[in-house]
Amino acid sequence: MTVASDPPRARSGKRPNRLFKNWMAKLASLPMILTALVVFVGGTAWTVTYSFTGSRMLPKTNWVGFDQYERLWSSDRWIISIKNLAIYGICSLILTLVIGFTLAACLDRKIRFEGVFRSIFLYPFALSFVVTGLAWQWILNPDFGMQSVVRDWGWTTFNFDPLNNPDIVMFGLLIAGIWQGSGLIMCIMLAGLRGIDEDIWKAAKVDGIGTVKTYVMVIIPMMRPVFVTALVLIAAGIIKLYDLVVAQTGGGPGLSSEVPAKYVIELMFRAQNLGQGFAASTMMLCSVVIILIPWAYLEFGGRKRG
Amino acid sequence: MADMTTNTAQGPRGPKPKKAFSRTNIFLYGTLIMVSMYYLLPLYVMIVTSLKGMPEIRMGNVFGPPMEITFEPWVKAWSEACTGINCDGLSRGFGNSVRILIPSVLLSIAIASINGYALSNWKFKGSETFFTILIIGAFIPYQTMLYPIVIMLREIGLMGSIWGLVLVHTVFGMPILTLLFRNYFTSIPEELFKAARVDGAGFWQIYFQIMMPMALPIFVVAIILQVTGIWNDFLFGVIYTKPATYPMTVQLNNIVNSVQGVKEYNVNMAATLLTGLVPLVIYFASGKLFVRGIAAGAVKG
Repeated sequence: MTVASDPPRARSGKRPNRLFKNWMAKLASLPMILTALVVFVGGTAWTVTYSFTGSRMLPKTNWVGFDQYERLWSSDRWIISIKNLAIYGICSLILTLVIGFTLAACLDRKIRFEGVFRSIFLYPFALSFVVTGLAWQWILNPDFGMQSVVRDWGWTTFNFDPLNNPDIVMFGLLIAGIWQGSGLIMCIMLAGLRGIDEDIWKAAKVDGIGTVKTYVMVIIPMMRPVFVTALVLIAAGIIKLYDLVVAQTGGGPGLSSEVPAKYVIELMFRAQNLGQGFAASTMMLCSVVIILIPWAYLEFGGRKRG
Repeated sequence: MADMTTNTAQGPRGPKPKKAFSRTNIFLYGTLIMVSMYYLLPLYVMIVTSLKGMPEIRMGNVFGPPMEITFEPWVKAWSEACTGINCDGLSRGFGNSVRILIPSVLLSIAIASINGYALSNWKFKGSETFFTILIIGAFIPYQTMLYPIVIMLREIGLMGSIWGLVLVHTVFGMPILTLLFRNYFTSIPEELFKAARVDGAGFWQIYFQIMMPMALPIFVVAIILQVTGIWNDFLFGVIYTKPATYPMTVQLNNIVNSVQGVKEYNVNMAATLLTGLVPLVIYFASGKLFVRGIAAGAVKG
């Protein structure tokens, strides 16, 4: 292996060219630099730029202004996708946080078999969304799945068929999504709870504050950074929601479980309508920016600059 | 919940042993066991279904254990299940996934570990900026970058091939892995690095002889993270490969969700389990390291 030329303190008599200082480190970082600049910055800028064109099968530079966006927001399918994602997102956010925190709090109370329970809650996270979606598709199957079993038990009017009922299909996805993702949040919450000083509990005990009240009034406010991290992770996952829908419902019945990520991919790669796909993905980018900027400001801005 | 509030006298982490059957404990274990059933149910149903014959499934109870255990669905899922005109089962997707997985894991970890090392020990002008862009890039929805990458892969002639997908996995695995390695290398005392420099060791020598051996646990975490992540990928697989090189997840989805023919639920569930087997084995074998790997996603730089 070659040896890097200059030590940090440049030897006398060498060229003082700054570009070649640490040149081996720069060379080795080239993949990172290319990824950051070409793929992440370049790719995103390219997509945003071409969202203002009327590209169909191939990207073209026939500028059409905001036409694609107007068409996007007047498309039923996109509006349905946004509504679906909003329902799924809000429910998933609340339920995942509540379930994750409750399970972590239960596990943190010096119980036996903690490791066993933790493994059980976390294993779905190791599985892909495709596997998750297909497993729940089978469990929710109206003819052979849960519905028919409950009916066989004697409750003959029991009706729970999310995969064929457009009104509740998003909740069918929600059951599967929470099953897959809540273990991760539980893990993060548990790590947060373990980081809390035991003296807090002693103080609460001395003051005669109940356990649940201590959690709500003292522990949760103390865990604010953990909650923020969990929130960002869940939100990032929600916007990416795609594989689960494809596997579990395929967007159906009808268009009732379409989501934005699926809209983008269908328009780009199936409907040969690139411009629409670019506009829709730019909207997805905007939503991420809207979520991230307040978070980045809270996390970094206040501390470093303020 | 009311039961827990009444139990104020008991310190939650107090040193005194608890009574085995206090109301709190019944509530706690009751909750945990109930919730565990929700988490275990799909795995149980998948296993049971995959061991039944079709007549038994049609009779009805998804939760009932198989009356007659048969492994035929597993064999069929592995070697005969059809996607379109190909009827060679999931084995092809498994092979593709393995051929995608190994180079992707090696390449992405090699690049990310060198990045992390350069970022913590060989800072140069702009290195932090590139790193920040990289981390922000991890939050950009993939959809925004999908098509530009199609163009790039076409330009270098890798579109539709396994190597194109390997590159894509390397690129999108880079932010989190670089963060992981950078944080670890920053935690190593700087004196070690300086001593090696004084002894005349260069960039690669320090990396291979000092940093890499010290970072072995992080390498294991990175491998776990990447193996499960890449194996479970669906989006990149479906876009950047063609039917002959589809990874296992894509092929699985095509088998189960194909509209032709009679639905064979037992074969479908066997196929689903087969696809989930690799990450599950890694999960149960790696234990706490897996938790560390996923927690790395939550750690901020």
